[in-house]
Amino acid sequence: MTLRGRASVGDPQPRRDPSILHADIDAFFAAVEQRDKPSLRGRPVVVGGLGPRGVVATASYEARAYGVHSAMSMAQARLRCPHAAFLAPRFAAYRAASATVMGILAGVSPTVEQISLDEAYVDLASTSPHDLSVDDVRRIAVEVKERVRARTGLSISIGAGNSKLVAKIASDLDKPDGLRIVAAGTEREFLAGLPVGRIPGVGPATAARLSRLGITTIGALAASDESELVNLLGRVHGRSLWLLARGLDDRPVSGEREAKSVSVEDTFDSDITDSPRLRTVVTELAHRLVTRLRRHGLSGRTISLKIRLADFTTLTRSLTLAAPTDDQRVITASALRLLDDVDTSGGVRLAGVGISALSEWSQPTLFSEEMSDTEEGSGAHPSAEADSARDAAADGSHDAEHPLRWTPGQDVEHDTFGRGWVQGAGSGWVTVRFETADTPPGPVRSFRIDDPALQAIDEL
Amino acid sequence: MKFQVDQDAFADAVAWAARTLPTRPSIPVLGGILLTADDDGLVISSFDYEVSASATTAATIARGGRGLVSGRLLAEITRSLPSQPVDVELDGTRVVLRCGSTRFTLPTLPIEEYPTLPALPPRAGTVAADSFATAANQVAIAAGRDDTLPILTGVRIELDGEIVTLAATDRYRLAVRELRWQPARPDITAAALVPARTLGEVARSLTGGAQVEIFLSFDQPGGETLIGFAGRGTSGERQTTTRLIDGEYVKYRSLFPSETAARAHVATTPFIEAVKRVSLVAPRNVPVRLTFHRDQLLLEAGSGEEAQASEWLDATFDGEEELTIAFNPSYLLDGLGAVDSEIVHLDFTSPNKPAILRGGKDADQPMDDYRYLLMPVRLGG
Repeated sequence: MTLRGRASVGDPQPRRDPSILHADIDAFFAAVEQRDKPSLRGRPVVVGGLGPRGVVATASYEARAYGVHSAMSMAQARLRCPHAAFLAPRFAAYRAASATVMGILAGVSPTVEQISLDEAYVDLASTSPHDLSVDDVRRIAVEVKERVRARTGLSISIGAGNSKLVAKIASDLDKPDGLRIVAAGTEREFLAGLPVGRIPGVGPATAARLSRLGITTIGALAASDESELVNLLGRVHGRSLWLLARGLDDRPVSGEREAKSVSVEDTFDSDITDSPRLRTVVTELAHRLVTRLRRHGLSGRTISLKIRLADFTTLTRSLTLAAPTDDQRVITASALRLLDDVDTSGGVRLAGVGISALSEWSQPTLFSEEMSDTEEGSGAHPSAEADSARDAAADGSHDAEHPLRWTPGQDVEHDTFGRGWVQGAGSGWVTVRFETADTPPGPVRSFRIDDPALQAIDEL
Repeated sequence: MKFQVDQDAFADAVAWAARTLPTRPSIPVLGGILLTADDDGLVISSFDYEVSASATTAATIARGGRGLVSGRLLAEITRSLPSQPVDVELDGTRVVLRCGSTRFTLPTLPIEEYPTLPALPPRAGTVAADSFATAANQVAIAAGRDDTLPILTGVRIELDGEIVTLAATDRYRLAVRELRWQPARPDITAAALVPARTLGEVARSLTGGAQVEIFLSFDQPGGETLIGFAGRGTSGERQTTTRLIDGEYVKYRSLFPSETAARAHVATTPFIEAVKRVSLVAPRNVPVRLTFHRDQLLLEAGSGEEAQASEWLDATFDGEEELTIAFNPSYLLDGLGAVDSEIVHLDFTSPNKPAILRGGKDADQPMDDYRYLLMPVRLGG
């Protein structure tokens, strides 16, 4: 007798109600831009890095129609949709909108697991007022969608089912502004016809391997032999896919999702080949990392360095300290030491510094700031070298160090014309469109880049 | 070369010299132990360009000479021999070792490739062997173990007239010990940064006699590269040199707070036991919180939904109001163990400033010869 097609002992037990919601804001960054820049509504908008090595973070649905999608290079996006508005991200605005949406979700149930700025799971079973019928869940989801639209002007897609997997797939099916509830017990039917690539974690490589076995749909995956999958994909991945395909997914919605690591990275406009410059860049990354770490009141023990070489080889190195720290000098010294172990002579495209093994306590050092000179002076690099590296960075293309550099998408205010945003800048001129979320599409004017009447303002 | 030596003394001397042998020598001869037999007896030595070690042992020398053999193998062999006289003889390119009915034949390593051991620098003075061992270990516990910053893996030795000061810090705690010694010159001033592990081991192994001699090139400030120690081990004379760590040391004296806002004293042994108990619920050195009340001390560890522990302990506290301060339990235990005294005195400035731990014979008088400065943990959230 075979257990094929039947649940065995130890399999996850399916929930009895469609109590798991997955909420995902539609084209989030681009949607915030269209909300705040009325002239861009209905037009293709691409948000991402604007440098020569930039990558698309979000494309509006209008831009997606031209084949622009996230993670694509900005250069490619400009080729596919040259008439789109290409904007730098305004993270403060996104964080504010995200916080409002997460607050609305928390009003529905205390158990909210935020996955990213624009995505979260909610477990409705942890709160009593719901009977969790399909109609009840639909009513809750519609209410969330309405509140999100009223309070942020954004549209959100919601899926519900008896597992995270089903909820996540369901939220994606009718995007944008989607709503799909999968009744408990119908999940295998729901999943069966969908391509295997819909399962999170099944990328093109796994999909290609599965198709060699003749498996292209989730239904075919569910009907396949578990041992065959285990042979193909390994024990852990094979078994977990086999279970997911049958809708057997009891992963809990974890209300206290804790950050596992904090990291920052930069892709460079041109490959960095000189080592003092790279040390300066890694030092700056470490400083940014510490700022972010402290903002969350965290400290960490394991420091890692990520280096992508000119040939796209990505190397990561890490070291673990005796105690968690948020000390900038310790973290910087560790990152620089890791850098010493990497051969970067061929040029570096991207560098990142991260910290993991996080704690909510930290072990500060005895050395006060004025002691740090001794410490760094006896460290890996002579300070003269660091100075020249700093100079090199200042001469180079570091945008942040250029005081009068206007970025497309940036919020500004003019003494006479009021608030608006930078449409473009170059050759000593900056072009501003004067409009906000609460005005109709506004007029465009150009100014000298150093016009004293024009100021950058907070993104809110 | 031909000699006879007692197994116990031989095994002890070989083990001492083999202690610093590199596990994977960069060139094979550096994994060797040099046996030198002459009129003065038998000298067993090792050298890896960082640390040199020589042990002298009484032996009956039939024929003088030298032989270089694998140190690790010789150490294992001598340790496992029965407690009987050992006969050792160089026979062409082999060393033959006989003990009772056991016989070993070891190939020799090319002695002409072996580096000459460094000569001892000038004698700087003499220190009592037991106090030196205690002091070195009290301080070495605070030295850094990772080499992110090499200077922190060292113990700073400062010679100033009749006082020797040892200090070490890994950034999170600082241990400073002062002791008297007999300097070779009354006006001596010199400083050296010695690898902490080497210093601790050397000091521990030289307690067979009353004194340890210290050798340092103290005439050229900043130019010292070598420190030497000589004394008696369990079975004969020992001398060792080690290369100094290069670099400017932390100006550690200024790390001690200039003011004290509150003081406490606690019986050391119950304190140690209580910290060990409550930190059972705090794996990976999660902090232990101490709250000092007038006559009692509350120790707590763990929080939220994790396992928690607390314990009350008798303590005397002199401060404006009660004080809560948190420490990494293993750093705290290191300090409590190192004060080496029945009562521990703690001086506080604030919960975010370092605390000073000192020993004391009684409740009123902390002793100043050893100070352990410990940075508290900052609780976030």
